[in-house]
Formats: sequence, structure tokens, C-alpha cells
Amino acid sequence: MSRLFCRCRARNLLRILAATVALFPLSAYSEWGLNLPPPSSPVAARILDLHNAIMIVCLVIFVVVFGVMFYSLYAHRKSRGHQAHQFSHNSKLEVVWTVIPFLILVGMAIPSTATLLYMEDTTQSDLTVKITGYQWKWHYEYLDHDIGYFSNLSTPRAQIENREPKGEHYLLEVDNAVVLPANRKIRFLLTSNDVIHAWWIPKFGVKKDAIPGYINEFWTNVDTPGTYRGQCAELCGKDHGFMPIVADVLAPEEFDAWVEAQKPKQVASTATETQQSESDSEQVAAAVEPAREWTMDELMEHGKTVYFQCIACHGPEGQGVPPTFPPLTGSEITTGPIEDHIEIVMNGRPNTTMLPFKLQLSDEDIAAVITYERNSLGNSLGDMVQPSEIAALR
Amino acid sequence: MSAAHTEAHDHHHHRPSGIMRWLTTTNHKDIGTMYLIFSLTMFFVGGVMALAIRAELFQPGLQVVNPELFNSLTTMHALIMIFGAIMPGFVGFANWLIPMMIGAPDMALPRMNNWSFWILPFAFAMLLGSLFTVGGGPASGWTLYAPLSVQGGVGVDMTILSIHMMGISSVLGAINIIVTIMNMRAPGMDLMKMPLFVWTWLITAFLLIAAMPVLAGAVTMLLTDRHFGTAFFDPAGGGDPVLFQHIFWFFGHPEVYILILPAFGIVSQIVPTFSRKPLFGYDSMVFATAGIAFLSFIVWAHHMFTVGMPLAGELFFMYATMLIAVPTGVKVFNWVATMWRGSITFETPMLFALAVVFLFTIGGLSGLMLAIVPADFQYHDTYFVVAHFHYVLFAGSIMSMMGAAYYWLPKWTGRMYSERLGKTHFWLTTIFFNLTFFPQHFLGLAGMPRRIPDYALEFTEFNVISSIGAFGLGLAQILFVYIVVQAVRGKNEKATAQVWEGADGLEWTVDSPPPYHTFETPPTVK
Repeated sequence: MSRLFCRCRARNLLRILAATVALFPLSAYSEWGLNLPPPSSPVAARILDLHNAIMIVCLVIFVVVFGVMFYSLYAHRKSRGHQAHQFSHNSKLEVVWTVIPFLILVGMAIPSTATLLYMEDTTQSDLTVKITGYQWKWHYEYLDHDIGYFSNLSTPRAQIENREPKGEHYLLEVDNAVVLPANRKIRFLLTSNDVIHAWWIPKFGVKKDAIPGYINEFWTNVDTPGTYRGQCAELCGKDHGFMPIVADVLAPEEFDAWVEAQKPKQVASTATETQQSESDSEQVAAAVEPAREWTMDELMEHGKTVYFQCIACHGPEGQGVPPTFPPLTGSEITTGPIEDHIEIVMNGRPNTTMLPFKLQLSDEDIAAVITYERNSLGNSLGDMVQPSEIAALR
Repeated sequence: MSAAHTEAHDHHHHRPSGIMRWLTTTNHKDIGTMYLIFSLTMFFVGGVMALAIRAELFQPGLQVVNPELFNSLTTMHALIMIFGAIMPGFVGFANWLIPMMIGAPDMALPRMNNWSFWILPFAFAMLLGSLFTVGGGPASGWTLYAPLSVQGGVGVDMTILSIHMMGISSVLGAINIIVTIMNMRAPGMDLMKMPLFVWTWLITAFLLIAAMPVLAGAVTMLLTDRHFGTAFFDPAGGGDPVLFQHIFWFFGHPEVYILILPAFGIVSQIVPTFSRKPLFGYDSMVFATAGIAFLSFIVWAHHMFTVGMPLAGELFFMYATMLIAVPTGVKVFNWVATMWRGSITFETPMLFALAVVFLFTIGGLSGLMLAIVPADFQYHDTYFVVAHFHYVLFAGSIMSMMGAAYYWLPKWTGRMYSERLGKTHFWLTTIFFNLTFFPQHFLGLAGMPRRIPDYALEFTEFNVISSIGAFGLGLAQILFVYIVVQAVRGKNEKATAQVWEGADGLEWTVDSPPPYHTFETPPTVK
């Protein structure tokens, strides 16, 4: 009777197990990675070697110590009739198991120190890229070439909110990747505009904090062209999980060509930015297009797409995240004089995370998003602003 | 002295009954019980938050909570488990056991003892209340790093105030423990004869007194930065965001040992009992504990290798951190040697103690890996770290307390617990714990950062496994409550004074359950 019961139970258990396994979404992207990813830079390769070596030492220690313990648990059981031996000291043994671990640690410290010295040497670099963390995007600036731009998450909200199937590089894709040359020593300077972030691409073997008021340094030298992905690694608020890092690594000649191709855009944008004294001139997409009158519908339609950049803080419906991020619906700014509204969008608000968006948005973008904010999100002011007016204020 | 006599003696005190008994009690056993119930309650509150986190991470995409609430949940889960579950849990065991182990009638400062407990429910009510304010609870991680923690609403201020209250409670409790151990030992109970649980708590108490005020300083500076125009951590005003991390971890690393040293003490009580042998290397155990405590003050910056310290700093903190492996190794070797050629049985407390030794060592070894600076650049702020500290804090601290509960419950209640259910609880906990946290090592190595509410598709499989494990782990703890309640209600067989065949120490010389006041006449220790 009880045996029968057991068999039924076992069968039920199997059925539950089968159901659990069936639940697993064994997607095509699954990698089941068990170790650090394959390295793409000498630093990452050295870290991987170090990691594997330490891992093996730890495993050996673990197996030896617990081999002894489990042997004892098996052989010295009371149920086998083992009598306890009442010893409690053995000075020689105690000295041995203090000294041996110490020697093992010294053995680990030597290659670790060598790798660290190698990693910290940022001299003789071929190129310097300055990275600035923002809530929640990255800004890249090529100090040798006068190029600079922002890099935002490009995964659509619909995928995040499960309204659309997720793409292959879900959450690890951006609008403008940082472009780097292969086989060149690249020095990075890292800082932040607001809170602490951390820049990390696992295959490069680098992770450093981006800290306001600090400029941190690190370097890499990527051996093969390709696309490399990583994420912000330091909790930086609400959208910490939504500020990926993507690097497009090109062959050196292609990289040089890319730099050349960036130049005309940069020159054009600096020409329009006569009042802008900042040296970090920005890539302003539509600056070459001559100013024209936009209709309300055009501004509203374009504004809706630009507003995507504001959602992180001010919410898809303009509700904000009080008290840190104020709502736009019915706020003093979005329903007050339009001049104040333009002023805040263009120049930001000091000591808050509201950025001077004139640095990263075109005249059209700014005009459209302001018009959109005043005539949507529960507001209906009926007024609008033209790109030409924004251009005049630059 | 007979139990009947003690009962008669008790009646002279006219102690109040009902709720007033618990509000006004100065008895170390009552206060110990309240601490333990509080700890268990917070364990479930923090556990429910962990399950909400794991539910959100079951699949990619946002399903259960939004990112703001997710950040609040990770922050609160940590604060509640550390300050609400583990620390009060160990204080509960200390209250019950230290007087009984050193032959004292009570704690040295009974009224302060009452106060240090009753601060806690108010502190945690305020912390939990912050979830319902505009802007939600604290969302900057339990580390409260500035400048992120300068953002956020009144919930952050409530958290700061509640941390102050927890700190006061802990320091008062620590003072009480030191005074009790230094002044109230029975004749003949020399320091080097004290049970190891008492020793580890003595050292922990010193760590608490040294570390908690540092945390109080850090959060006070944060408070003045938030509201009173100071700029300790704001570079725009000449401040330094990294300064916060240095101060925080100067508290934070000793705190890690505050959370684990009493667990070492518990294991050092349980293993000899069920090996029927004295503890191997008592003296070296005491020195190793003191050594770990000392080292805990000079390794703090290994939590922040990626902030960009000077090379000399990185090397110093790497070497100092690696050194901790030596005294920790000595402890593990001593436990194994205690079992060696013993006469071992596997009652539930022993199973938990063995699991602590085995699983804590996994966490210890991954800790050694984290100390290696170049490798740490890959591990830092990933799920590898999450796996590491759950191996030391859940498998180390929490499971040692479960073992301790099974070990001393028969002494406290006078009834045995159900061995069959106890073992079931042990195996469920151990299996689901590993199912939850072992895959997180792989996630971290593959590149999944900590504290993210949503993740790339390549991390899906291990997150699914981890979430299933977490729900199993959570549900298994309901069985624990059932077992404890069953033993407390006295349905099971009676326990003898000795309880365990191999048990040794003063607490096993009094009746089970012990009289309300024990050792009013001090015993003599030979």
C-alpha cells in the first residue's frame, strides 16, 4: 500500500519536473555562459588567465578540505560505532595550516600585482576618448578630433513593456555607438555630470566608475573589429538598467575614414553655434537644413518622437516622478510663459539632472518638443515655437 | 536548587502579565525571545521583498514592479535583512545564551536591554513607512551612495533617521554585552574558558561600538547635504562623492564581520556537540576571531576598487584583504579537525552547521577571488558579487541561526522539535538556496550587472532558475515557523536538561525549560 503510494508520488514529481523544464524559455539567444566572456583585449585576456588560475587553486583547496571533512563524516560516524578520540590540540598541524595558505596567497598576489601594473599604465596611447555619464545616457568626446555626441538606449519602450517581441540585442543597443579603432591603444577619460555611473564592456576587461568632479583613466586595445556590448555597472537611479554601452570597433583605416566623415557635420554645427563658447561642440543632425516655417501638426508629430528622450524622467504621460522629477502636466513651466519653457529646455536647470538640451538637440527638435509639451500630456496652450526662433537664441 | 523553589521565588516579583509583561520586561530570556520573534518577522518582510525582486527578474521585460519600486525593494531588502533580521537575531541569541553560558543571572544592564529592543520596532516602522511617502522609499541601494542618495524624497530622510535609531539600539546592546561578559562571569569562568559563542560576541560587540557611529556620521553628513546646504559629497561645493564611500565602507566592512562572527561562534558550539569531542584549537579560534576583527578595519576599500584609487592604495587593500583568508582558513580547518575521529551524528543542528561550513567556504573563496584587483574589475557590481554575499550572509549567518534555533530550542521550550520536519526543512533550504544563488555566479561572469530590473536575453535561463529557487526557498521557511510553533506549544516529547548527548556547557546544567531566573547563586566552574 505505502509502496504504491510512493510510486504515485514519484510519478507526480516527475510530471511536475517535466512541467518545470517545459516552462524554460530556451531561446535561440541562450548562451549558458559559465565563465567570463572570450577576451578581446590584452587586459581582458590577462584577467581571464588570472581568473582561471585563481579559480583552479580555490577549487583544489575546496576539494581537499571538504574531501577530508566528508571522509570524516563517513568514517567517524557514531552509527558505524566510531568512538570519539578526545584530542583538541596539535601545534605542529596548526602552524602548518597557517603557513601553507599564506604561501598560496603570496603565489596569487604576484601575478595579480603584475596584471594590475599592466592595466594601470595608460601612457603612450594613440587616441583619447572622454566619456561622460548622464542620467541615463553616455556622452563620447574624441579629444584629438573635435567630435562629440550622446549615446542613448534605442530599444523601443514597447519591447520593454512586453507589447512587442524583444529584439536580439534587447537593452544592449544604442542610437550612436562609440566608434573605436582596432589594434590601437585607446586611453579613456571618464567623468560624470550627475551621479556615479560605471562604464563597462566585459570583453575589453575594463570597468571604471564615472564620478562627478573626478576624471578617471583607463585604456584598452581591441584586437578584432566588431560590435561590443556592455552596461552601466553602478546603480545610478531609475533607469540604471537602461543605459547600455555599445562600441563599434573598426579597422584602423575605416576608423580614420569615419573620423573624416564626421568633420563636415562638426564644422557646420560649430558655424551655427556662434554664441556657444563650450569647446565640446556637438553633432547637431539637422543644422545644415535652412530654417523654414513649420506647421503645428509637423511640430506636434516630430515633438512626439523627440519627447521619447524626456520620458525617462518626466514619464510617458508627463506625470514625472515627484519630488525628484517634476511632472509636466499642468506645471508652471509648461503652462506659463513660453520664454521660460524655452530657457529651461535649452539651458537646463543648474544643480538638477535637467540638462542644457541645446547641446544635444537640434533647433527643430527643441521647437517641436516644446510645442508638443504645451499641447499634449494634458496641456492645451495652443501656442507654438519655430525652429528659427530657437536658432536665434543660440 | 529545585525548579519549584525558583517558581516560588519568582512570584515575589509580581511581574505584570499580558502585553505589559513584554513592554516592561527586563528579563534577558523575555528580551531574547522578543528579539528573535522580531528577527523572524523581519526575515519574512525582507523575504517577501526578495520574492518581488525575483518575480520581476523571472523574465526579461518589465512585468511586476516599475524601476523606481524595484530600486526601493533592493534597498529595503538589504537594510531589513541586515539590520532587521540578522543583527537582531544574533542579539536575541546573545540575550538568551550569554548569561546562561557564563553563569550570570541576567544581563548587566537590564533596563537598557529593554530599551535597546523597543527602539527597533519604531525604527523599522519608520523605514517601512518611507515606502508610502511621495517619491517612495530609499532607492539608492543600501549603500546609500552620494550623490544618488541626495536625490529622492522624504523617504530617504526617514531612512536616515531609522538608521540612527538602529545604530543607537545596536550600540546599547553591544555595551550591555561587553559589560555583562567582563563583570558577571561565574567564579572560575576565565576568559579563556568561555564558550566560543561568548567570545565571538564579545569581539562583535567591540566591532559594533567602533563601526556604528561611523555609519551615523556618514548618514548625518548626507542629511545635511540634502537639507542644510553643506557639500560634503558635492564636487560643485568642494566636496567629494568618493568620501562617502570611504566612510560608508569603514563602517561597512566591520559590519560584514558583525554579521558573521556570531555565526562562527554558533558553529563552534554545535560541531563539538555532535562530534562528541571538544573543539579543536580553542586558543587559535579565539586569536583567529580577534585577527579577523582587526583586519576588518584595514580592508574597507576593497568594496570600491573601481573608483580609481592610486595604485599603492589598490595594492595595499588587495594584500590586506587576501590576508583575511588566513585566520578564516584556520577556523574552517579547526572545525574539520573537531569532526576528525569524533563520533558524529547528524541531527538537524549539525546538518545546518555542516552546511554553514561548506557553503560559507564557497562564499569565502569567491571573496578571495573578489580581492584580486584586476579580476575584481570584472566581478565588481555584477551578480557574481550578489552570489558571493548571499553565500556568506544567507548560508553563513541565516543558516547558522536556523541551526542555533534547532540546537537551543529544546533547552528554551523544554520540548523537542520534530526531527523529521527539521531535516526536511534543512534539505529544502539547502537545495533551494543553491538553486537560487549558484547560477548567479554564472550570470555575473557573463556580464549581468547588479540592481537592474530588466536584462538582456542571454541572461534569461539562469534568471529563471534563480527565481524558481527563490520561491522554493521562501516557501520552505513557512515550514520552519510551523516547526518552531509546534515546539513552543509543547506538543512534542519532553527535553532533558542535557538535551544532546555530547552537549557541554553551563546552559545544559539547568532544567529544560530553564527557570525564569537562572544562576541566582553563581555556579562554580572548574
